[in-house]
Amino acid sequence: MQIFEYNGSALVAMVGKNCFAIASDRRLGVQLQTIATDFQRISKIHDRLFLGLSGLATDAQTLYQRLVFRHKLYQLREERDMKPETFANLVSAILYEKRFGPYFCQPVIAGLGDEDKPFICTMDSIGAKELAKDFVVAGTASESLYGACESMFKEDMEPEELFETVSQALLSSVDRDCLSGWGGHVYVVTPTEVKERILKGRMD
Amino acid sequence: MECVFGLVGNDFAVVAADTSAVHSILVHKSNEDKIMILDSHKLVAASGEPGDRVQFTEYIQKNVALYQFRNGIPLTTAAAANFTRGELATALRKNPYSVNILLAGYDKETGPSLYYIDYIATLHKVDKGAFGYGSYFSLSMMDRHYHSGMTVEEAIDLVDKCITEIRSRLVVAPPNFVIKIVDKDGAREYAWRESVKDAAAASA
Repeated sequence: MQIFEYNGSALVAMVGKNCFAIASDRRLGVQLQTIATDFQRISKIHDRLFLGLSGLATDAQTLYQRLVFRHKLYQLREERDMKPETFANLVSAILYEKRFGPYFCQPVIAGLGDEDKPFICTMDSIGAKELAKDFVVAGTASESLYGACESMFKEDMEPEELFETVSQALLSSVDRDCLSGWGGHVYVVTPTEVKERILKGRMD
Repeated sequence: MECVFGLVGNDFAVVAADTSAVHSILVHKSNEDKIMILDSHKLVAASGEPGDRVQFTEYIQKNVALYQFRNGIPLTTAAAANFTRGELATALRKNPYSVNILLAGYDKETGPSLYYIDYIATLHKVDKGAFGYGSYFSLSMMDRHYHSGMTVEEAIDLVDKCITEIRSRLVVAPPNFVIKIVDKDGAREYAWRESVKDAAAASA
């Protein structure tokens, strides 16, 4: 029994022209059994910063609560929102604190930094950051997602085209993974608005 | 094996649990009530290790009562569910409880709700949920026949369908079940479904 594959998950974040998209699947399972088909894997930290957590659902929930707590404290002290780069460092530090008893999660962080420049990164369960200029993936379907994103990605996509690309990459990858799927949840974030869309794919 | 399941209806939530207390091959008793009335408008149906089940649910019950004494108002179902998850999550990496919980409740503002909390503290709000080997049968039965806004009669009929399915298809099917309901009038026992009555003690 693999702990990272206990609940099943798929996450992807992609960079476009002054925008980014972050998408996840919607399945919550317990090994072979599906418990729910409306599980939220992506959470908003603030209007320009989103966090997706793949891996063990209980640790994702605990980690999310700890991170929201730390961000709210930061907001009180600094009187502003955290930059995505700073938040990524915070997540990395919190994960490494538990180096010898880790949270079984792989986070995907996506945000708009200074001058509305999109920022995405992922890290492993002990906080090793992986910055990328194009896309990052996580979860049980990550290998399929790497292939799909690599072939479908183009530089400087506008939000509508980015949404299409991310959606197609997500749906085609989770269809090859029995532990993730049951639809998709896509957030496309530009400096002016956040568009949240639900995808209907193969419901199995 | 222990069977617990529940669903949300029109203005109520119903949970059912088997009533066998089993140790290895021996059935100690077949009228063990595994659905605790947490407070006036909440039910906790728990399955798992017997000691942990009783200890943990009583602990939650007393803390929920303490909150009401201290603050003068009862906890909402969502708050009670999150508190329960927090306790399970804190204990997870120290001294884990092996208890799976379905928490059903009715709040005046938000109506009925059902929360799925598994033993590793995964929390999810659901319309229908189940634990144990019986879940393979009851979840499928509910997937087929459940629709939102069911009346009490329809819901109890569905519960009975699930019990019939478990009795006929599970190899070590528990013979007896208890059904409890929670609605605006409070949490109460609805019915027992017994196919084996405890034999009266033989007269000396």
